[in-house]
Amino acid sequence: MKFLCVPCDQVMAFAERELPGDGTLTAVFTCPGCGREMALLTNPMETRLVSGLGIEIGGRTVPAQPMELVRSSLATGGGAAFADAAPETADRPATPGTVAWSDDARERLANVPAFVRGMVKRIYGEYAVERGIAEITPQVMDQARTDLGLEGM
Amino acid sequence: MTRRVRSYHEVADPGAEDILAQVGDQGRRLAERLAQVGRVVAVGSGKGGVGKSAVAANVAAALAARGLRVGAADGDIHGPSLARMLGAERRPLAVGADGIEPAAGVAGVFVMSMDLLLESDDAPVRWREPAMGGFVWQSTLETGALRELLADVAWGPLDVLVVDLPPGSDKLERITGLLPRLDALALVTTPSEAARSVVARSARAAREAGIAEVGLVANMTAWRCPSCNAEHALYDADGARALAESAGLPIWAEIPFDPRLAAETDAGRPVVLAEPASAAARALIALAGRFA
Repeated sequence: MKFLCVPCDQVMAFAERELPGDGTLTAVFTCPGCGREMALLTNPMETRLVSGLGIEIGGRTVPAQPMELVRSSLATGGGAAFADAAPETADRPATPGTVAWSDDARERLANVPAFVRGMVKRIYGEYAVERGIAEITPQVMDQARTDLGLEGM
Repeated sequence: MTRRVRSYHEVADPGAEDILAQVGDQGRRLAERLAQVGRVVAVGSGKGGVGKSAVAANVAAALAARGLRVGAADGDIHGPSLARMLGAERRPLAVGADGIEPAAGVAGVFVMSMDLLLESDDAPVRWREPAMGGFVWQSTLETGALRELLADVAWGPLDVLVVDLPPGSDKLERITGLLPRLDALALVTTPSEAARSVVARSARAAREAGIAEVGLVANMTAWRCPSCNAEHALYDADGARALAESAGLPIWAEIPFDPRLAAETDAGRPVVLAEPASAAARALIALAGRFA
């Protein structure tokens, strides 16, 4: 998939990705020549088709996690299927001593299916550490979802 | 004047998302994982209900019983049964730096199956899905899940990886497209006339995929009466040979019907370990010997 700016005859560069949380995806591309922007909008079916390929529009910002497709897609998965998804790990910081979780963020994390909670928490924790963020809040989670393309997380 | 816009292949820039590179990475990851495997052996069938998974479980167990390091991957995403047949318990799977640690089955077989990930024994494999269009993305998702079951599991070095395929010749084509290599394929069937076209279709798909070794495993060929010890054919007595000839395949095994095969294997005790002297077990052990 490539987007070509016809007047400039240049490939448009990926600029940003947004995941509103309703299964849709917005990806913004910019022409390096004229600066014109365009947005790719996908409906939930199209978003699911792309995620089923295990790829991310705009490229990967975090390395693929082991079995991330199954873990994020299986609706009938057991909460304790993976050692890092055990419910009791939800209250422990992903990176002890470096990142705190606000009460609101913990509450939101608790709504993530237990099957994937450990993996999601680790990803948010690594996101915060890499950016020097001391506390994970719902706003940080929203930004991470957009930046990392964490559909449905 | 007609405006001409460059086509995909005329634009060398891969684009910011570089989807081909991401797909290439997936393939590399799978190839690297399988590079540690001596032989990749698939067990498939043209249609369901012929005992394919029981054959896969027993072949894996028989190979492990010979002292080989064996992995068993359940490619039957929607009908997983391999973990149960190999006695692997559902318990949290460790997530290590190299991937998901497989479960431990009988005789030390390493097992990975959707079975191990479900919330309960009776839970169906159901995906989080948008309200519409499941027919569009479901097949893609299943292939992705199969790729992860093979590539994201820390199998370690294996002598043999046994892959239990989902039934259907179309699934065979899907997995041969996914796997960088498949060393052998055992096609399981009952020796019935009704299976003739199904087996021929699968054999053709296997040949076209370039699989080096393909053989027929005729299951439930005959039944031995426990009272008089006489053997009775359950299908045409020459059915297996007729199937093999019409499909152009060698017969690798003829497994007689034995209630213990299903009963023991379903209980997590593959018959090759539980009743190794039985005729069914002997046939399965000999079949496994081909892949050692």
